[in-house]
Amino acid sequence: MNNSILVVVAASGVLYGTPLLFAALGELLAERSGVLNLGVEGMMLIGAVMGFWAVQRIHGSSHLVLSAAILVAALAGALMALIHAFLVVTLRANQIVSGLALTIFAGAAGLSSYLGNDLELGDQPARHAFEPVDLFGLEKLPVIGPIVFGQPVLVYGSWLCVIAIYLARTRPGLNVRAVGESPAAADAMGINVARYRYAHTIVGGAFAGVGGACFSLSITPQWVDGLTSGAGWIAIALVIFAFWRPELCLVGAYFFGAFAALPYTLQARGVTIAPELFQSLPYVATIVVLVLVSAGWTKRRLGAPASLGVPYVREEL
Amino acid sequence: MIRFERRLEQPRWLAVAVPVGSILVALLFAGVVLAATGHNPIHAYRRLFDSAFVAKGALSETLVSATPLAFTGLAAAVAFRMQLFNIGAEGQLYFGAIAAAAAGLRLHALPKPLVIASMIVAGCAGGAAWGLIPALLKAFFRANEIITSLMLNYVAALFLNYLIFDSASYWRDTSTPEAQVFPQGKLLSESATWPATTITHAGPGLVVPLGFLLAVVAAILIWALYSRTRFGFEVQVLGDSQRAARYAGMRTRRTIIAVFCLSGAVAGLGGASQDGDFRHLLDPRGLTQSGYGYAGIVVAALARYNPFGVVLIAFLLGGLQNAGYTLQGADFPSGLVGVIQGLILFCALGGELLRRYRIRLARRPAPVVESA
Repeated sequence: MNNSILVVVAASGVLYGTPLLFAALGELLAERSGVLNLGVEGMMLIGAVMGFWAVQRIHGSSHLVLSAAILVAALAGALMALIHAFLVVTLRANQIVSGLALTIFAGAAGLSSYLGNDLELGDQPARHAFEPVDLFGLEKLPVIGPIVFGQPVLVYGSWLCVIAIYLARTRPGLNVRAVGESPAAADAMGINVARYRYAHTIVGGAFAGVGGACFSLSITPQWVDGLTSGAGWIAIALVIFAFWRPELCLVGAYFFGAFAALPYTLQARGVTIAPELFQSLPYVATIVVLVLVSAGWTKRRLGAPASLGVPYVREEL
Repeated sequence: MIRFERRLEQPRWLAVAVPVGSILVALLFAGVVLAATGHNPIHAYRRLFDSAFVAKGALSETLVSATPLAFTGLAAAVAFRMQLFNIGAEGQLYFGAIAAAAAGLRLHALPKPLVIASMIVAGCAGGAAWGLIPALLKAFFRANEIITSLMLNYVAALFLNYLIFDSASYWRDTSTPEAQVFPQGKLLSESATWPATTITHAGPGLVVPLGFLLAVVAAILIWALYSRTRFGFEVQVLGDSQRAARYAGMRTRRTIIAVFCLSGAVAGLGGASQDGDFRHLLDPRGLTQSGYGYAGIVVAALARYNPFGVVLIAFLLGGLQNAGYTLQGADFPSGLVGVIQGLILFCALGGELLRRYRIRLARRPAPVVESA
């Protein structure tokens, strides 16, 4: 039963959806504070390459090395996001161009490739990787066993990021929503708009870095240029697809992850359908959702943060 | 305490000084990256400059790299002028390439000028058609064009791959057994090969591809359209204030669609030039790995959306890319080109602040906690 195609696809959907989930939650945090960061792909790749570097170079027990690698990946992603935050918050630059610049700077033909080459990380097997863990010994349970209890630690880690509770139930979470909706009102309340935007953009970058590390440390435990192959853009799409809500990100990530994994699963069973069909579904679905969100009748409840993409300058409002 | 004060007038010299300064500062930062990873920056830059602009045949190769960047740069500039953020030049270029390849394959028996003309028209039409999708979604549903055009890039790339790698489409070469194993596009005939002009005065001869000349013509036409016609005036007003434009009775929807299609057509022409000038077949891998569309945004932003500036910057960045291809090796790590391009763009964005604001060091600390 656990070998039936639906269970296999669902289980690999969860695995492939996890990097999307990390990156999308990070992007969601930044966007909720009003900062659009199109550099996710770049931040993920930097996270992937630096995480892999840590695994290859740090010596110690497997657990220690992998934890350190995740930390390094998060730091690297955060550092990239800091550039974006400085440009758009302090220097009030155009967020779209700055985010694209970050992807060009850090992306598949940029710093990540430079570092991968210079640190000679290509064509090496990973010394350690996140292997599937049999959680509570429940992996053999029918249907939900392989989907829920037979995943690598990173998958469980992503469930611990309770962004939904943070945004809905905590003081800083409510503040960040205010900053994203109406920075002038938040400012008048005494919230430091710049500090909130910096913090959430940088934490968002750390999330993206971890998302990238999911590829280089778990899904394909090695380093190749452009390893994430567009996952960063899917993550940006996912935030819209999920109407800027973290709990819907979880559903969407596994949904999109399943689309990404489906061609491989089918191929392994001798079914050949053009993989491009499935691979394009997340993008098409996002466009459809965006049109629905934008076309009036759903806008009031489900729309984007009102000040998304708009720099805040106190004396000019 | 540092304070920013908005400039009431922007001095003209800053329009030149800021891009030049950004490039210099970016090279400085990239030099730090090079030095930090144990490379000699001065040596790397000398080789870069040499293989981009000085070495034998380097200028011709630089033009090859500059041509697509000029097209995608113009495509971005056309749309960004109106605050219409068409990120989709990438996908529009693919569709231009697909349509132009179809025209070149189908009409190869016609006289050469006719084949070339039909490829140009088909390329423009293909790009414009792909640009029409985000335009309609923006005009009628107010769907954010950044996201839709971006998503469509990936759909276009997947479609392009599908045509050559996963189907027996019209574009795919299925004539030989090798072509069955290593899928590639059908070769375009001689009549669909675009002529290049060779200028022999300068040393070994400078080969100017037809596409580059077309890009220059396109730049002139776009400049004339935007600064000499009523349509161009409407675009500028819409870019500055949608509301003002609507009160003045300008038709927003129609202009959005027209500008998006124009932007797509220019990018599509770039795709046609890839087929006719350089690749001579529909080449998914080459097109999707080059990222011309995204680099075009860098070009347009650096040129501050000025069409002539776009051609000039495309030439400079083309030199950088060309040098990157030629030099790739041990003392010139791959990825450096992207690093430099990204840094240039970061610096240009930072420099934009200098144009718009005057930076003052206030004598007494400002009463507010933070000024940003």
